[in-house]
Amino acid sequence: MHIWHFLKYYLHDLRKQKKRAGLTILALVWGTFSILMLLAFGEGLTRQLNKARAGLGTDIIVVWGGQTSKEYQGLPRGRQIRFRPDDLQLIEKMIPEIKNVGGEFSRWGIDMIRDKTVLSEHIVGVYPSWEDMRTHYPSAGGRFINQIDMDKKRRVVFLGYELKRSLFGDEDPAGQRIEISGVPFMVIGYGQDKMQMGMYGGPDVKKASIPATTFKTLFGHEYFNNLVIQPYDADQISFVKRRLYEVLGGRYKFDPTDEDALGIWDVIEGAKEFNKVMLGIQVFLGIVGGMTLLIAGIGVANIMYVVVKERTREIGIKMATGAKRRHIMNQFILEALLVCFTGGVAGILVSILACYLMGLIPVGTGNDPMNWLGRPIISTTIGLIVATILAFIGVFSGLFPARKAAATNPVESLRYE
Amino acid sequence: MPNGNGKIINMQNVHKVYDTGKVKVEALKGVNLKIQHGTFAAIIGPSGSGKSTLMNILGCLDVSTDGVYEFEGERVDGLHHNRLAEIRNEKVGFVFQNFNLLPYASALENVEMPLIFKGVHTKKRRERAAELLERVGLGHRLTHQAIELSGGEMQRVSIARALANNPSLILADEPTGNLDSKSGGEIIELFEELWQAGHTILIITHDVNIPKRTERVIRIKDGLLTEEANGNGNGNGGH
Repeated sequence: MHIWHFLKYYLHDLRKQKKRAGLTILALVWGTFSILMLLAFGEGLTRQLNKARAGLGTDIIVVWGGQTSKEYQGLPRGRQIRFRPDDLQLIEKMIPEIKNVGGEFSRWGIDMIRDKTVLSEHIVGVYPSWEDMRTHYPSAGGRFINQIDMDKKRRVVFLGYELKRSLFGDEDPAGQRIEISGVPFMVIGYGQDKMQMGMYGGPDVKKASIPATTFKTLFGHEYFNNLVIQPYDADQISFVKRRLYEVLGGRYKFDPTDEDALGIWDVIEGAKEFNKVMLGIQVFLGIVGGMTLLIAGIGVANIMYVVVKERTREIGIKMATGAKRRHIMNQFILEALLVCFTGGVAGILVSILACYLMGLIPVGTGNDPMNWLGRPIISTTIGLIVATILAFIGVFSGLFPARKAAATNPVESLRYE
Repeated sequence: MPNGNGKIINMQNVHKVYDTGKVKVEALKGVNLKIQHGTFAAIIGPSGSGKSTLMNILGCLDVSTDGVYEFEGERVDGLHHNRLAEIRNEKVGFVFQNFNLLPYASALENVEMPLIFKGVHTKKRRERAAELLERVGLGHRLTHQAIELSGGEMQRVSIARALANNPSLILADEPTGNLDSKSGGEIIELFEELWQAGHTILIITHDVNIPKRTERVIRIKDGLLTEEANGNGNGNGGH
């Protein structure tokens, strides 16, 4: 059958069933809109949360010194393990699978003064590798701590986004001076406003970062508060963790199987778990939306039953001229698909428009609550998922009426008035 | 006059029983019928005599409940529905009293229908349908929708459709029943032309004028072929 001939009959059926067809297509539009918007919000939320998760850093582990829980080589349990700066060289040397390693000194309640503004804030002493590992990227015009700062123990400071706003407002702080614990420091830059889901010691946007070497000199700390480690290959993280226990266990004399000797926050493993949870949420949202669409599918089946009944004689004519059952089935399944296509396309267009309009609503930046929700995003994957569900519903809702049509007795069909 | 070589239809003791669950109605009670190629015959009989049942079985729209039916040597009873559809498509052309055209399709599209189910390529299909419509005198109405045509024209389209796959048998059920006498006469003339051209035609009719013009007259009564008489005196057997 010519496609336009087929379309002509399809439109004729729609015209004959104006109200019923209109409501069915409306149900399909609504169903498509519902599933698309649910998935689009899910996608937007996932992307925002992934972005927020990246605020702590990607593919890293954070390591704290713990307390031994096993006796080892004549040493008692309950010993405190703490890391020193020279541990970094040992780790780099002994575990070549590690791409970056850095230690972090940390201190709360440090006075920071700029003109008449006096704040008591959190300061960290860190390594240049922090910039990448902890996504501590500078805003335009500034920079993060570099190796020369480290080597020369420069009194330079990199401010978190909110800390910068508290001290400098909208002013560019690069090159300006602040006092930290009574010592003058030059501001070399400030961080981008970032969302941060995982954190220890508060959000980075409220911290001041100075070179670890300067921190050690200024505050006299011997031990790092924690280490941050990034392997070349995230899949090797289990091996790297095991090697850390062996290498640090060798230096600090603890049993490499003593898990309490080190505290490890495995961000990589957390990301995998997070992705599973988000996939679960997406599947749940998809199922909820799919249910709405399924109800629309029942409407399509209903209208197709009516169409089959109204076209009984046509079925008889086609059978008398040689149509096989599959010809008849295909015709009605195709028509059901076309109904779903019409409603689906309209639903997709409405959803795209809704996403566009929602995109115009200001949601703020950084840690603003609306920014966490994100914006609905219709991705290619979502489009394909919805198209597949629509096709499935089209075939499914057309199948039973089409089977009924194909099973029609041609003699009775030809007699049908 | 065409000479038939070999049988198209061979029915032996064919029965058809309609079982409604409560009542059994025997529409055909042991029909024996042979039709040669090139036959032009009328099947006549009163209402309820089994004419339509016989036509449905002859045209493979329905199957018998008992007996043997061979169409061009192929046993039809018990065939799969797909094979029956193929026989209807390639070997039988139907002409109905109420035309049975697709109302919103053009004359051309209606004639193309059997060719579509046969899988004929679009271009050839178009050419064949146009040629047939030309042959039945509707070359000027190709693109008109069926509902835009007169009764006589619709029946001509129906005949063109019946001829689409050059079938072995044309079965016409009261082809003049819904037409005025002039159009009816023209349709019968068209059938005569087709017979002259070699087609085998069976007409089921109440019209008393048609048997006068056919080669054979087959009379059916109470589900039995009680009489088979020559119409215009040129019949060639069967019982």
